[in-house]
Amino acid sequence: MIVGADLNRPLPLWKSAEMRLSCGYAVLLEVQKVAIEARRGQNSGTEVWHRESRGRYLRERLVKVVLAACAYLSVFTTIGIVLVLLFETINFFRQVSIVEFFTSTTWSAAFANPQFGIMVLASGTLLTTAVAIAVALPLGLLAAIYLSEYASTGMRRWLKPALEVLAGVPTIVYGFFALTFLTPLLKATILPGLPIFNALSAGLIMGVMIIPTIASVSEDALYAVPRSLREGGYALGATKREVATKIVVPAALSGIVAAVILGISRAIGETMIVAVAAGALAQLTLNPLQSVQTMTAYIVQVASGETATGTLTFSTIFAVGAALFVMTLVLNIIAYLFVRRFRETY
Amino acid sequence: MDSEKTRKERTLSEDPERRPEVKRLQSRQPSPPVATGSEAQGITIEGLSAFYGSFKAVTDASMNIQANKVTALIGPSGCGKSTFLRCLNRMHEVIPGARAEGCVRLGDQDIYAKGSDPVKIRQRVGMVFQKPNPFSKSIYENVAWGARINGYRGNMDELVERSLRQAAIWDEVKDRLKESGMGLSGGQQQRLCIARTLAVEPEVILMDEPASALDPVSTQKIEDTMEELKKRYTVVIVTHNMQQAARISDYTGFFYIEHMGDPGRLWEFDATDKIFSNPERKETEDYVTGRFG
Repeated sequence: MIVGADLNRPLPLWKSAEMRLSCGYAVLLEVQKVAIEARRGQNSGTEVWHRESRGRYLRERLVKVVLAACAYLSVFTTIGIVLVLLFETINFFRQVSIVEFFTSTTWSAAFANPQFGIMVLASGTLLTTAVAIAVALPLGLLAAIYLSEYASTGMRRWLKPALEVLAGVPTIVYGFFALTFLTPLLKATILPGLPIFNALSAGLIMGVMIIPTIASVSEDALYAVPRSLREGGYALGATKREVATKIVVPAALSGIVAAVILGISRAIGETMIVAVAAGALAQLTLNPLQSVQTMTAYIVQVASGETATGTLTFSTIFAVGAALFVMTLVLNIIAYLFVRRFRETY
Repeated sequence: MDSEKTRKERTLSEDPERRPEVKRLQSRQPSPPVATGSEAQGITIEGLSAFYGSFKAVTDASMNIQANKVTALIGPSGCGKSTFLRCLNRMHEVIPGARAEGCVRLGDQDIYAKGSDPVKIRQRVGMVFQKPNPFSKSIYENVAWGARINGYRGNMDELVERSLRQAAIWDEVKDRLKESGMGLSGGQQQRLCIARTLAVEPEVILMDEPASALDPVSTQKIEDTMEELKKRYTVVIVTHNMQQAARISDYTGFFYIEHMGDPGRLWEFDATDKIFSNPERKETEDYVTGRFG
């Protein structure tokens, strides 16, 4: 899944973009300073103050241009991707009815007399995502409440980074873990009839994968609630639990919602785990004990398979990609609106 | 009323000859807990010291706070008034690393006694903070929340209205009780916070510079409510504004730090008239006449 990947985590991305820009700027300033120092050295003895004015205007402009180029590059790249996606998708819908695309209950792109019902792949995506959220929402939120409200400063200082390390585990590792450890474990214990590829293990592991996203972003929101609000609660005779659940969580609610939406959009865009562990059987089902193919897994299958470019089958991946893009985009916009509201609260 | 009388006898203001330092009581056995009611209680503080980690912010402060009176705490910045105040309902210890030593009696109960529950103490000794801190809930819920968590089973609408009326904000908010408390002006928010505190029917109300962030008109409104409040509650107020202390309080405690780095001390405690007209100690006089601070 090429398209959704860099849109999955808008918050960290913005942050890192900002950081990169400011780092670049700092380096430029440093270079400039050294240059000025050097020239000062040449003139030492004659003047104490020697502000170099020659070429200053040009240098200032250059800095601005370099910075702007960095900023616009990423924007134009995104626009380019969206345009390619759009044209290919339009091309696809010249050959396949858009009504069929949204209503058909069969996905058989590679067969003779192919049928394209996006609902089939979407059901796989929704199913694994729902399982993932069912795991990650309670665990992530409770972990965030613990970190923000109960953990001592020292505990928080090492627990939070430790949790964030989970986000750094390559997703292919998670995928193999689901396939070679979790599924056999579930088969051997509670679900003997579980197929090797199934939505349940993929979803559960995907839930583990997005716990850090939900926990970390929610924790930021909870921690940002001013101490004065907590003290207001304590002063009325509230217990720690009442303050945490009835004052701090509601006050941070929009931040928590944003965290959950970010988690969902990561789960929707997640590829390797589902491609490895959920299977490649495109079927319309909401039963997590079955093998499903998600939108992302389908794109991987076609893109890495032997489908010839230019064929109708090949162009389906753009249509699926576009559908996926719209889904994650809508979620990211909602998350953005929530985060903005949350910033304005206090 | 016997205990009331002994307490009054021990009160400094009744005996102008006496120094601010109160003699330690001999007996320190924990008294049986007094049933929670809305009857105002006095507070007796003996040898209270407060710490932030290893830093001692207040040392050996003793005073008798009279029921149904307004007691003002004044003094230069950083002299421990607010810390002292926060020790009176065990809010001080909410800050990590903070602790207090000494004896604080609410009525007959030592609030720092072993087994004393800070949650119950804070219901009996309410607090209004320097910066208005309404919850991100509706105006109604801001007031009702405290009562609800304390298990209030009576008519909530009535309680909310009564509390808002006592805090002199009812007329301004009665038509928008469902709107967020954050949408009010600063002065309104502070009165909402006072209403919120009143709604849990405490016996004592502590106010930490409640008007310092407000404009004169809002300040006036808050001072007006104070007169009403002391009929039902014991009020302790920290203020930087000496005119305010002189206007609204019956007793005044002056906190002072003699040398940089020392902990704050209760320098003088007496009837407000005495503190502002004829204080015992020179530093107090210098401060109230505006020679420093």
